[in-house]
Amino acid sequence: MPLILTDDQIMIRDSAEGFFKDEAPVSQHRALRDAKDATGFSRDVWAKMAEMGFAGVLVPEAHGGADMGHVAAGIILEAMGKNLSAAPMLSTAVLGATALKQGTAEQQAKYLPLIAQGAHLLALAADEAARHKPNHVATTATPSGNGFKLNGVKGFVLDGAAADTLIVAARTGGETDDKAGITLFLVNPKADGVTIDKRSMVDSRGAARVTLKDVQVDGADVLGGVGEGFAILEKMLDAGRACLAAEMLGVSGTAFSMTVDYLKQREQFGQKIGSFQALQHRAAHLFCEVELARSATLKALQALDEGNDRAPMYVSLAKAKAGEVAILASNEGVQMHGGIGMTDAFDIGFFMKRARAAQETFGDAAFHSDRIARTLGY
Amino acid sequence: MADLESFRAETRAWLEANCPPEMREPIRDDDDVCWGGRQCKFKNEAQKLWLERMGAKGWTVPEWPSQYGGGGLDRAQAKVLSEEMRRIKARSPLSSFGIWMLGPALLKYGNEAQKLEHLPRIARGEIRWCQGYSEPGAGSDLASLRTSAEDKGDHYLVNGSKVWTSYADKADWIFCLVRTDPAAPKHLGISFLLFDMASEGVSTSPIKLISGSSPFCQTFFDNVKVPKENLMGVPGKGWDIAKYLLTHERDMIGGSDSTGGGQRDSVSNIAKRLIGLDAAILADTALRTDIARHEINALAFSLTMERVMAETKSGQGTGALSSMLKYYGTELNKERMQLLMSIRGSDGLTWEGEEKGEGDLARSWLRSRANSIEGGTSEVQLNIIAKRVLDLPGA
Repeated sequence: MPLILTDDQIMIRDSAEGFFKDEAPVSQHRALRDAKDATGFSRDVWAKMAEMGFAGVLVPEAHGGADMGHVAAGIILEAMGKNLSAAPMLSTAVLGATALKQGTAEQQAKYLPLIAQGAHLLALAADEAARHKPNHVATTATPSGNGFKLNGVKGFVLDGAAADTLIVAARTGGETDDKAGITLFLVNPKADGVTIDKRSMVDSRGAARVTLKDVQVDGADVLGGVGEGFAILEKMLDAGRACLAAEMLGVSGTAFSMTVDYLKQREQFGQKIGSFQALQHRAAHLFCEVELARSATLKALQALDEGNDRAPMYVSLAKAKAGEVAILASNEGVQMHGGIGMTDAFDIGFFMKRARAAQETFGDAAFHSDRIARTLGY
Repeated sequence: MADLESFRAETRAWLEANCPPEMREPIRDDDDVCWGGRQCKFKNEAQKLWLERMGAKGWTVPEWPSQYGGGGLDRAQAKVLSEEMRRIKARSPLSSFGIWMLGPALLKYGNEAQKLEHLPRIARGEIRWCQGYSEPGAGSDLASLRTSAEDKGDHYLVNGSKVWTSYADKADWIFCLVRTDPAAPKHLGISFLLFDMASEGVSTSPIKLISGSSPFCQTFFDNVKVPKENLMGVPGKGWDIAKYLLTHERDMIGGSDSTGGGQRDSVSNIAKRLIGLDAAILADTALRTDIARHEINALAFSLTMERVMAETKSGQGTGALSSMLKYYGTELNKERMQLLMSIRGSDGLTWEGEEKGEGDLARSWLRSRANSIEGGTSEVQLNIIAKRVLDLPGA
């Protein structure tokens, strides 16, 4: 597959960019932040995203989805990153749909159409340690009745306060850091023993700490095989990481274009500051870095669509590179804006906050460098 | 498609029959690379035969028109040829600035007589060319060059000096930027001349580099008479040709030897061999971090090359990206060489030794430092991106 967008994908890009610019621009993110909105996103926008087919981007047509693939999902997330549009796109449309496609026929029939309709929100409750380590699962699932009892704490659950269903990783066997012995459960957040504590985040997005105390789940709520949840979790995470890379590419793109625009407007010492070579070279270098992040991200998304064996490696490449570049782009953005870049009234700071949060989600550049090195045998 | 498949079959059969076994061995030494020219000393009969056979078919320059000594192949056929050559690990029969640099410019700007005179000789490897661009006083500011070509009616009289002329002492002809109009603004008084290095008044002097080798010369012109018909393009419009040619050169330098993949062994593979693993992890964890970071950039860069090519082909091109590829590719290659030096540690410091190949790494590392200087420095590339891509105001 050539490393470019197809004509269909270009159409999706154009419509997604128009949609988020109109329906969920940075000003909306600011308003949600100022209102201390409990979920961090607008339900109206999410409903419209479902109408556009975005919520069902990875849902098969048989279940009412648009089934457009990972490249399309990434295109949507990139447009969201450009506008800092908040929506449960990652948690529900990417992670949730990827998980449920691995479910039983009953689970698929129950959840996938609802995902595509934007009528049911999911959240992944996997990470326990502050630094991402998906095999580190201390939460236990012990046999109880015709199902299991769950006990543990999940520290960082994206959209955890808004979710209708939690996808919980818990240990049915093995030691704390083993990949084997992890099982995924579909858990009702309103069930007895589930406590959701909303966390206030630097990027104003919705996240929660989820505490599970003797939560009873049915055998029918197991997603995939008992003790075999890690493979599904990795699939979910890789789809999520590639889409986060795309979102960060969007964040970089806007941070970069805002900065270049500012260099062309701001005058000091009697000239546009963009005429200073010290700033020109940094902007030109940043341009190159964004181009590299774009190539890596597209490759990862294509590799997921192809079912390429090396997809996990390309996903880590994209997440590492796009993360590093988003940090650079937003850091440079604030620095080159000078004092105004430090003010809350100006938008560039929002991009820095989102870049940091997205970087720390599902493994930062260090995590993914290590994963690439291991994949390549060192 | 059926045509392409029969072309593939014919090509495969021809290569099998005509590529000598010695020319299917990996390149080990400098003299395994054939540069052609009047002074060419073939390493062996196979090298000579391979050049003659490929030259006769025009396959040293597969996509050039056949009337100018090329293979007359279309893009798809040329791709088949290069795939079939790779399949049997055939060496390139000829390395040549004539092919990489002058040829494309001649095809675009040369007149019919010039094309017929020079292109076939380039294709057959008979004439080796060098490039007369930089001067002692004109490096990054190339357009300030001062080598003069005075109009003497039927000829130009050339005086001045060029520097960093690659292999000038081994070259037969030079393509040279000269000032034909000293009164014009600096970009407009420049013309593009072709002349024989055997002309009276031309002399060369090799420059010894920090790597110990002398691939470059300073070249002197003392009242060199050049026939008027050797001017390529329009008098005073040589700068356009110079820029066109520099873009080709940048693509070559930026793209040729900077990716993590390709035929070259990856940095991590070399590190694994020389440093070893400890519990499946490179036994030097700090260096491992640096290597992984480099390989991420190298992979993302090679994907960017792939994407830029795909975009160009499909007309989605963002344009003006050759400066980006030149800048990033050369910086990556320098980083690669520094990492290889770190991996080898004190063993990498060897300069000369009993064994063949000793000192090669240190010399290659030192050579790589020129990557971001030649063909326009990294800083000049960044200037170009700032100006042409980002449209930032002039300083």
